[in-house]
Amino acid sequence: MHEMGITQSIVAIVAEQADGRKVKRVTLEIGKLAAVMPDAIRFCFDVVAQGSALDGAALDIIEIPGLARCLDCGSDVMLAEVFGQCGCGSRKLERLAGQELNIKSMELEVVLCAKPADATATPKSRLRIFRPGTRNEWKDPHP
Amino acid sequence: MERSAPVTPPHHAHDHHHDHHHHDNYHHGHEPHDHDHAHNDHDHAHHDHDHSHAPQPAALAAVAGLHTVTVDIERAILDKNDRLAERNRAWFEGREILALNLVSSPGAGKTTLLERTIRDLRNEMPISVIEGDQQTLNDAERIKAAGAPAVQVNTGTGCHLEADMIRRGLDSLRPAFGSVLMIENVGNLVCPALFDLGERAKVVVLSVTEGDDKPLKYPHMFKAAELMVISKIDLAPHVDFDISRCEARAREVNPEIRSIRLSARTGEGLGDWYEWLRAARRHLAFAAAQ
Repeated sequence: MHEMGITQSIVAIVAEQADGRKVKRVTLEIGKLAAVMPDAIRFCFDVVAQGSALDGAALDIIEIPGLARCLDCGSDVMLAEVFGQCGCGSRKLERLAGQELNIKSMELEVVLCAKPADATATPKSRLRIFRPGTRNEWKDPHP
Repeated sequence: MERSAPVTPPHHAHDHHHDHHHHDNYHHGHEPHDHDHAHNDHDHAHHDHDHSHAPQPAALAAVAGLHTVTVDIERAILDKNDRLAERNRAWFEGREILALNLVSSPGAGKTTLLERTIRDLRNEMPISVIEGDQQTLNDAERIKAAGAPAVQVNTGTGCHLEADMIRRGLDSLRPAFGSVLMIENVGNLVCPALFDLGERAKVVVLSVTEGDDKPLKYPHMFKAAELMVISKIDLAPHVDFDISRCEARAREVNPEIRSIRLSARTGEGLGDWYEWLRAARRHLAFAAAQ
């Protein structure tokens, strides 16, 4: 039931990061012990994404298995649930993985470079790279 | 590019280099996805036009390209709530306020326990309450009648309280320095486990009219709680709830969890609960003095 609110957070964070550009794909990391059902997120995602920059975007969910270390014997213990028991009998486990609830990345559609078809246009009107740190890939023959 | 948009020209007539230098956290993303594009090293979709890069200005027509880039975000989804919760926590610490997040199923007896606690400790510690429910002001009215300041937060369709709701509750409640703030969460053993409110500890209340296997059914909550209060023990003779078995199951999930058995109706076991509150306050004052 909390997946709807969580999906709204996902869409809000990604839309903010996308800054007006169209998002083609979102990749999440969800741990198996995170108390969040990937299928419920998928179900909510299409609904919540409607009308936003994420409308129609694909959703990839990487599920991360639960892993803990036994605080008594030091062995690694795989966890299918939020709790478990080490082979040595101890229940004192330090969880190492499986609680993730992260947005890993997004794939954006960007117009990387563009030059108007009308070659007589002045350089000022030419569209350049949008993002700082990127470089225009075409060489202007008339600088 | 998706398969549905094959705008790549059939043969590669142009020879400009695709050595883009992206911002640090940019990279062309291809890992697990199956893109369909003719270029070997990235998915640059050119408009379908005829162009060459001979040095004639007119021939340098549009080289506009729709391009996908992958941007690393690496953000915790609950990051915003967690940051607000940390602000609440700092606010509480600065004022030496003991903030407790009370969670349970609906009807476990959280409000009854609070009413009794407020009446019994009224001369010992100031207590104020933030009441979370989807609807109605009933619980806040009950708390006020018991003699404590209370503010009701209605979550509407929301199934849990979040840190910013606590922030807003604090703005109107203004709990005193050194007081105790009880946050009565929405009756729900699932979602409130995920949302930090900035509390010092979560206290899970479980009544003997429920199943004694609840710690195993809702392990996230019992894992997150520091104290389990088993309530309504005056009814224990009439139900099949096995208190010891329940406590053993709670320790299976969370070996560190403490358990207190009580009845807010008869008063049995309330002394242990009050002692736990006193110890928590002493600990807070001690930590502040350090």
